[in-house]
Amino acid sequence: MSAAWKSLLLRHETILGGLLVITLIVLAFQSDRFFTADNLLNQGRLMAEVGLVALAMTFVIVTGGIDLSVGSILGLVAILLGVFWQKLGLPLPLAMVLGIVVGGVAGLVNGLIITRFGVPPLIATLATLALYRGLAEGISQARSVRGYPDWFFMLGQGEFLGVPVQLWIFGLCAIIAAVILGLSTFGRATYAIGSNAVAARFSGLSVDRSLLLIYTASGLIAGLAAVIFVSRVSTTRSDMGTGLELDVITAVVLGGTSIFGGRGTIIGTLLGLGLMQALKNGLALAGVKGDGTIVVIGAVLIGTILISNIFRKDADG
Amino acid sequence: MSDIAIPIRRPSTFARLFEAYGQEIVVLAAIVVLFAIVGMVNPRFLSDTNLTSIFSGNAYIAVAAIGMAMVIISGHIDVSVGSLIGVLATIAGTLAVSGYPIWVAWLVPVLVGIAINTCLGALIAYMRIPSIVATLGMLSILKGGLISATGGTWITGMPPGFFIAQARLFGIPSPVYFMVVLTILVALWMRYSATGRSIYAVGGNGEAARASGLNPERTCVLVFALHGFFAGIAALLFATQLQVIQSTVPPNLELTVITAAVIGGVSILGGTGTVIGSTLAAILFACIGSALIFLNVSAYWLRAVLGLLILATVLADMARRRRSFSP
Repeated sequence: MSAAWKSLLLRHETILGGLLVITLIVLAFQSDRFFTADNLLNQGRLMAEVGLVALAMTFVIVTGGIDLSVGSILGLVAILLGVFWQKLGLPLPLAMVLGIVVGGVAGLVNGLIITRFGVPPLIATLATLALYRGLAEGISQARSVRGYPDWFFMLGQGEFLGVPVQLWIFGLCAIIAAVILGLSTFGRATYAIGSNAVAARFSGLSVDRSLLLIYTASGLIAGLAAVIFVSRVSTTRSDMGTGLELDVITAVVLGGTSIFGGRGTIIGTLLGLGLMQALKNGLALAGVKGDGTIVVIGAVLIGTILISNIFRKDADG
Repeated sequence: MSDIAIPIRRPSTFARLFEAYGQEIVVLAAIVVLFAIVGMVNPRFLSDTNLTSIFSGNAYIAVAAIGMAMVIISGHIDVSVGSLIGVLATIAGTLAVSGYPIWVAWLVPVLVGIAINTCLGALIAYMRIPSIVATLGMLSILKGGLISATGGTWITGMPPGFFIAQARLFGIPSPVYFMVVLTILVALWMRYSATGRSIYAVGGNGEAARASGLNPERTCVLVFALHGFFAGIAALLFATQLQVIQSTVPPNLELTVITAAVIGGVSILGGTGTVIGSTLAAILFACIGSALIFLNVSAYWLRAVLGLLILATVLADMARRRRSFSP
C-alpha cells in the first residue's frame, strides 16, 4: 500500500468515519426505531445547539486555547432574553439580538483577559464560567420566564421543507466555518497560531486580533445557541447549558482536533458530533438512562485520545 | 559563590516575608477585615454556631483544596474532584448502612480515591493525555456512573459511631483538626522534603526537572495519588457532617476547590504556591458565603462574587508575574 493511501486511511477523520458507520449499522440492527427519518431529524434537532458551539470551539482549540465558559454564556443569554423581553418590555426580536450581542461581549471579555493579561485560556474561562453563571443566577433569582409568543417557537420547534429550522441554521454555520477554517487566510492563521504562537507573531500575523475575534465568535454563537435552546424548550431557566462545555469539547476532541492546538478540521468535529449523538440516542433506545450515556461519552473521550496517541507514536516512530 | 563582599542591602524581614507569602498574607488580611466588618454590622456573625458552621462545615473543601493545590503546582488541573468526592461519600455511606464495621466504611473510600486518581495520574503521565481532557472524561464517567447506580437517593440510617465530622475535641469540631493538621504537615513536607520540592520543580519546568535527574512522570502519578487521598478524607468529612448523604455530585464543588487553590496563591502556571494559601482561601470563601447571608444579600449572587474574586486574583497574579519578570 502506498504511503499516501496509508496516511489517508490512518487519518483521524477516516477512522472516525468508519467508527460512525459501524455504530450506525449496529444501532440500526438493534432497534428498528433508530433508522427512521423522524428519529434522525429529531436527533439533529437535539444536536444543533451543541453543534453550533462546537464549530466555534474547533477554532478555539485549534489555536491551542479552550473555552469552558460557553455553557455559562448560554445560560446568561437565555436569562437575559427573558429579562429583556418580559421585565424591560422590549420587542422579542430586539431582545433576541441584544441577547446574542451580550453573548458576543462575554466572549470578547474572555478574549481580552486572555490576550491583554496573558492569562491561560483554561483559567480565564474557568473564572468566567463561574462569573457568567453567577450573573445568570443573580439576575434570575431562580425564577423562570415562560409565555413566549407562538412565532418564537418556530426557531426551535418548527420545520422548513421538512427539516428542523435549527438544522438549517447549523448546516449553514457549519459550511461557513468549514470554508473559513479550511480555505481562508484567517483559517491558515488560526492553524499557525495553534502550532506556534510566537512564530506566528514574528511572521507578521496579528495573533491577538485573531484570538479576540475567535473568542468573540465563540460567545456570539453560544448566544445564538441560547436563543434556539429557549425556543426549543419554551422556557428560560438560569441553569440552562450547565455542562454544555463538556459535550462540546468532547465532540471537538473526538473529531481529532488536538487539544494542544494546530490540528483539527470542521469535518472531524461534525463526525465527532454525529458519533456522540448516535451513541447517546442508541443507548437511550437500548434502555440506558441519560446518566449512563454520560459514562460512555467520558470513556469514549479518554479512549479516543488514547488510541489516537498510540497511532501518532507509531507514525512518528 | 565568591568571597568578595558585595554590598547588597538585605530587605527587611517583613519585605522578605511578603515576597514569599504575599498572597497568603493578603488572603489572611481579607479574612480578618471581613470578620471585623461583618461582625460589627451583625454581631451574630461571630456567634459560636456560625463560626462552627463556617470552619467545620467547609473544612472538607480546604482538605480537597490541599490535593488540588499540589496538582496545580505540578502543572496539571483536575476538574473531576467534585464527582470523585460525591462517589466516595456515597461509598462510605453505603458501606456504613450495609453493616460493615465503621473503620471499613472510613478506610475504603480513601483507598478507592487513591486507586482512581493513581490511574488518572498514570493516564496523564504515561499515556500523554492532557490533564484537562482526562479529568473531563473522568468527571462524566464518575458523575454518570454515580447517578445511574444510585438514582440520587438519600442514604440514611448510618450507625451513630460513623459521624466522625460531628465529633468534638476540647470543644472544637474534628474537621477543623483535620484541616489544620493536614495543611501544616503538607506545607512542611512540600517545603522541606526532596519529594515535596520535586513537585515545584516539575511544575515550574518539566524539562529542566528531567535534566536535573527528576522523574516528572513518577511525580505526576504521586501527586494524583495524594490528591486522591485528600479527596477521600474530604469525602469522609462531607459524608459524616450531616445525618443524611445525598448520593449525587455536590454541585460546583470542583470549581470551588480549584478556586480556593488558585486564590490562595497557587500560580495557575504551576511551580509556585503553598497549601497554607489554599486552606486560607477556602476559609475566606466560606466567610464570604456566610457574610452574604448575614448582610441580607441574596445567596444567588454568591457565584458571581466568587467568579469576580477568582478573576481579580488571576489578573493580579499575572500582573505581579509580569512585573517580576521585567528588568
